[in-house]
Amino acid sequence: MASNSLGQIDLQIMWNRLIAVVEEQAQTLMRTAFSSIVREAGDLSAGVFDLKGRMLAQAVTGTPGHVNSMAESVKHFIRHFPVETMKAGDIYITNDPWMGTGHTNDFVLTTPCFKNGRLVALFSCTSHIMDIGGIGFGPDATDVFMEGLYIPMLKLAEQGKMNETLMAMIRANTRTPVDTEGDVYSLAGCNDVGCRRLVEMMEEFKLDDLDELATFVIDNSRAAVLAEIAKLPKGSWRNEMTIDGYDAPIKLVATTTVSDTGIHVDYTGTDPQARGGINVPHAYTTAYTVFGLGCIVSARIPNNAGSLEPLTVSAPKGTILNAQKPAPVLSRHIIGQMLPDMVFGCMRQAIPDRVPAEGTSCLWNINVRGRVKDGDGGNYGFSVAITSNGGTGARPAADGLSATAYPSGVRGTPVEIAESITPLIFWKKELRPESGGAGRTRGGMGQIIEISSGIDLPFDLLAAYDRIDYPPRGRDGGVDGAAGYVGLTTGQKLKGKGFQQIAPGERLVVMTPGGAGIGDPRSRDPQAVAHDVEEGLVSRETAQRVYGLPLKAAE
Amino acid sequence: MASSTRLAVDIGGTFTDIVLEIGEAGRDGRRLTRKVLTTPRAPEQGVLDGTRAILADAGVGFADIDVFVHGTTLATNAIIERKGAKTALIATDGFRDTIEIAYESRYDQYDVFIEKPRQLVPRALRFTVPERVDVHGAVRLGLDESAVRALVPKLTEAGVESVAITYLHSYANEAHERRTGEILREMLPSLSLTLSCEVCPEVREYDRTSTTIANAYIQPLMAGYLARLRDGFAAEGFKGMVYLMTSGGGLTALETARRFPIRLVESGPAGGAILAANVAAERGERKVLSFDMGGTTAKICLIQEYTPFKSRAFEVDRAARFLKGSGLPVRVPVIEMVEIGAGGGSIARVDELRRITVGPDSAGSEPGPASYGRGGMLPTVTDSDVVLGKIDPARFAGGTIALDVEAARGAVDRAVGQPLSLGSETAAYGVGEIVDENMANAARVHAVERGAVIGEHTLIAFGGAAPLHASRLAEKLGIARIVVPANAGVGSAVGFLRAPVAYELVRSRYMRLDRFDAAAANAVIEAMSAEAQALVAPGAAGRPVFETRVAYMRYLGQGHEIVVPLPARPLTGADAATMRSAYEKEYAQLFERFIPNAVIEVLSWSVTVSTEATRPDAVADPSRGAGPKPIGSRAFYDARLSKRVDVPVYWRGDMKPGGVVPGPAIIAEDETSTFVSALFDAWLDNAGGITLERRRA
Repeated sequence: MASNSLGQIDLQIMWNRLIAVVEEQAQTLMRTAFSSIVREAGDLSAGVFDLKGRMLAQAVTGTPGHVNSMAESVKHFIRHFPVETMKAGDIYITNDPWMGTGHTNDFVLTTPCFKNGRLVALFSCTSHIMDIGGIGFGPDATDVFMEGLYIPMLKLAEQGKMNETLMAMIRANTRTPVDTEGDVYSLAGCNDVGCRRLVEMMEEFKLDDLDELATFVIDNSRAAVLAEIAKLPKGSWRNEMTIDGYDAPIKLVATTTVSDTGIHVDYTGTDPQARGGINVPHAYTTAYTVFGLGCIVSARIPNNAGSLEPLTVSAPKGTILNAQKPAPVLSRHIIGQMLPDMVFGCMRQAIPDRVPAEGTSCLWNINVRGRVKDGDGGNYGFSVAITSNGGTGARPAADGLSATAYPSGVRGTPVEIAESITPLIFWKKELRPESGGAGRTRGGMGQIIEISSGIDLPFDLLAAYDRIDYPPRGRDGGVDGAAGYVGLTTGQKLKGKGFQQIAPGERLVVMTPGGAGIGDPRSRDPQAVAHDVEEGLVSRETAQRVYGLPLKAAE
Repeated sequence: MASSTRLAVDIGGTFTDIVLEIGEAGRDGRRLTRKVLTTPRAPEQGVLDGTRAILADAGVGFADIDVFVHGTTLATNAIIERKGAKTALIATDGFRDTIEIAYESRYDQYDVFIEKPRQLVPRALRFTVPERVDVHGAVRLGLDESAVRALVPKLTEAGVESVAITYLHSYANEAHERRTGEILREMLPSLSLTLSCEVCPEVREYDRTSTTIANAYIQPLMAGYLARLRDGFAAEGFKGMVYLMTSGGGLTALETARRFPIRLVESGPAGGAILAANVAAERGERKVLSFDMGGTTAKICLIQEYTPFKSRAFEVDRAARFLKGSGLPVRVPVIEMVEIGAGGGSIARVDELRRITVGPDSAGSEPGPASYGRGGMLPTVTDSDVVLGKIDPARFAGGTIALDVEAARGAVDRAVGQPLSLGSETAAYGVGEIVDENMANAARVHAVERGAVIGEHTLIAFGGAAPLHASRLAEKLGIARIVVPANAGVGSAVGFLRAPVAYELVRSRYMRLDRFDAAAANAVIEAMSAEAQALVAPGAAGRPVFETRVAYMRYLGQGHEIVVPLPARPLTGADAATMRSAYEKEYAQLFERFIPNAVIEVLSWSVTVSTEATRPDAVADPSRGAGPKPIGSRAFYDARLSKRVDVPVYWRGDMKPGGVVPGPAIIAEDETSTFVSALFDAWLDNAGGITLERRRA
């Protein structure tokens, strides 16, 4: 009994340590990455797996889209490279959207970890490579083969020797060979760091394998999630949402069923896959769906094979949420990031007090590409995703957050950094007044961003925006968030999706959407309305007309 | 200053610590210490009263003080409590909301209910003017001076006391900020002004703006306080030098502190790190880990070659859970340390995964741990130490607080034992293990970020709770040696008296190493050198100063810079090659692999001007002999044996240099107790500290 209870405490300590190990793995990746979206914005993930491919711990990083998808990809690696064939010094790589994390820009590396010559675990990591050739980081491809170099399941290194043929292929197939090569080394290095820390822990606790710890982590986590689910009302709830799509609106349909054994989300009724690269492979659909569920059901429980098990997702093959190869998928995040809103729309019928209103949801990245005048450090011009965001939806007891990523957790790119890696000039990056949907609690505000070329060369915008035709919807009497907008200061409107060139002297205007509101605006605390007026975020006119604030108080 | 009289005062949230040293430290000199209550409304009053008292104790007067070193949390508290000046921001047109847009991210990935940090300047007081400088410092749009003038009535009408000016890329070209400052100074002479190009000339607009605003926000308050303190001391006949302790671990003159009060945040913890560095030097310990565990938090800091690591990133007012990104970023030189919510008062509970968690919330001093008997019902780390028998309930805090063992046991049972079906001892052991593990993880991450091998370090433990947890922490980290210095309770103030007079400047000036421009680099460095020399000169008072120069470098395209030392002389074209090899060496040390073929770039340059730190000579390790007799024993619960064992208790005052106390043992003193685990031996060293060393197997 005594040794059992002591063993229980030791297992807890080791679990904590495992989480610390993957956090360190992720930090190493972030600090050594070349890709600006990784280092400035945190678009990466890192985790440790047992020999059955079960995820034991995953670092909490900026990308929920990697939550389940990286877990799936390790199972694919094991299928291609059975554990009994793995050797110390091997590194496996892929960017197959259906084996990895959903688009060719994400490189997934898996490294077997050995202790005293014995394979004990697998470390895996992913980061977003800024350029992998092809049509570039936009939704204009009509199949996946236009979306850049496609790396099947391969050995990047074999018993410590780098696969120089593959490295040469990678370098030759990107507009940014120096950065891309650096990122591959950075990924490999972070897995090494994770493995070293794990072996140290196993030595300290005198472990030869992770079996007992894996069972403890997985069983406890599964039980904890099931206990949270047990507190929810049981039943099925349906939600529909229409979004802009690539060249035609797309209808998404979800049915969420809460039962004693888990929560299942089914996307039957959703539209078929689209012509442009906004299609979503199933693993990525699962990742964002489960992330949305996690936020409202099991926020404090770490991700691993046990905690993810009770949360399941299905979508009919060939729908846009289970796109089949060779569908183009490069900008799969646009729709993937709408999926927490899909789940929220179901769950608010069951637990309205725990669920926010619809927000901007998809990242409003300014994906730009172009040539530069002077030296280029070995790259061909620049190719950069400047991460930016709109407002989030109102929360039941608080306003939405302005200019904040949700569900993505990536950080925005500082203007001064963006201008140091591109020849662009930002003329404005400011909150967009009046964009948060009115309500008892209002949506967060979007932003207004204005950019021109700083040299006498044009630049390319690879637009991948949504919520321009279909803004975030208010609920329970709350008002919709403001729709997004892309255009020029001349008043010319641009497309929300696809390649467009901005000539020198023209100024690009991007207005990100606002989040939606909850509840009748007339029931909003008048002091909160007056404060928004004083801050210049809500006009006097809106305060009177929409919020019903008496003229005097609005002044 | 061998025979001088030196006063150090550290104002904390609850107590003001005062240390007076007369004569030569460590020789025939005297050290007196006092703790008085902080007087938040007029902090100078507490300082003056406490100083009068300690001077009376020593039989000397204000006129006898040669040096007065002061550190304070006032600046930090003013920010946390939002009690600074009414502050406005003037920014580049189009960038009114930089501080609100901030990082555009959530500091907690899964919590959809978070609130962002409340900014110090509301939107209504954030103004913009037309102007624009590009990344190279070229003017794209000239400053609209009439727009600056037009702001004056708005500032006056709103009752603004202090203004922060932050234009884009001002680190590359200061002209617009300086001109704006001139215009405002001319029109509103009583206004406080902070220019981002002076307080934080570094790339990344949110961090720079936040730092500039924070400085502006506390400047009127701190300038007023420092003037009143100076006048108060002068009225008492004080004629010596006054220095302020900065977050970077150096002392600065009062006038500099009045201009850049943001440099005073975190001066207390910096003093603790300086103390640890001094303790290390006294014992010839070249690699140490300073471990300061108090009631609310534990602070861990790496020190190599008697010098703490420095950093430039810091957050003030993090949300309750100490989460990264939940506070206001401040970019000033700070001693790099990790701070986590792990102290004697940290509360233990069981989470939904049936795991024991500890902190980050603390029971504080009111109601305090359950064992204090002041109404606290939740178990804390101190309560778990009491249940295990590590603390003598009758002698805690010099006997001023009689601990209630049964209350501690009851709280541990209710919150941890019963939910997990564990006995109270095992539950208490679990709480101790978790808090020690949390600190060990923080220490590991900190070491990794510096590429240090943690097991090679010596742990220096101070603060009330650290000596109780140091043995186990060392075991977890594979550390073989621990030092518990004397006077640990007022460690920060003692540290103040060991700090050099120093000033560090950092400036962004982008340069690729393959197009190295020695003249441009020298221009930046020499300008900073001249500025830092001028700031240090008054404080140095004729003592020799030396300069350290470094570059912040990275591979072209990376986002995080590493520090590479530069020679303290003008650079030449040939230095591009030496900088490259120095960079690759540092990089491989940090990240295992370095990257072939990649171009290297310099982002920022830094110059530190400093007087020589007063560093004691190392004392010899005493020859070992038999230790003192125990004064009693305590029944300590040994979880590995699952039973209570009698552990001898020794009185620290009975220990003589070299007299060995074998673990397990408890060494009691008024301020704290040192727990010596079964793996360690302990003895008093020749500098008055307790050394613990792991017995060879």
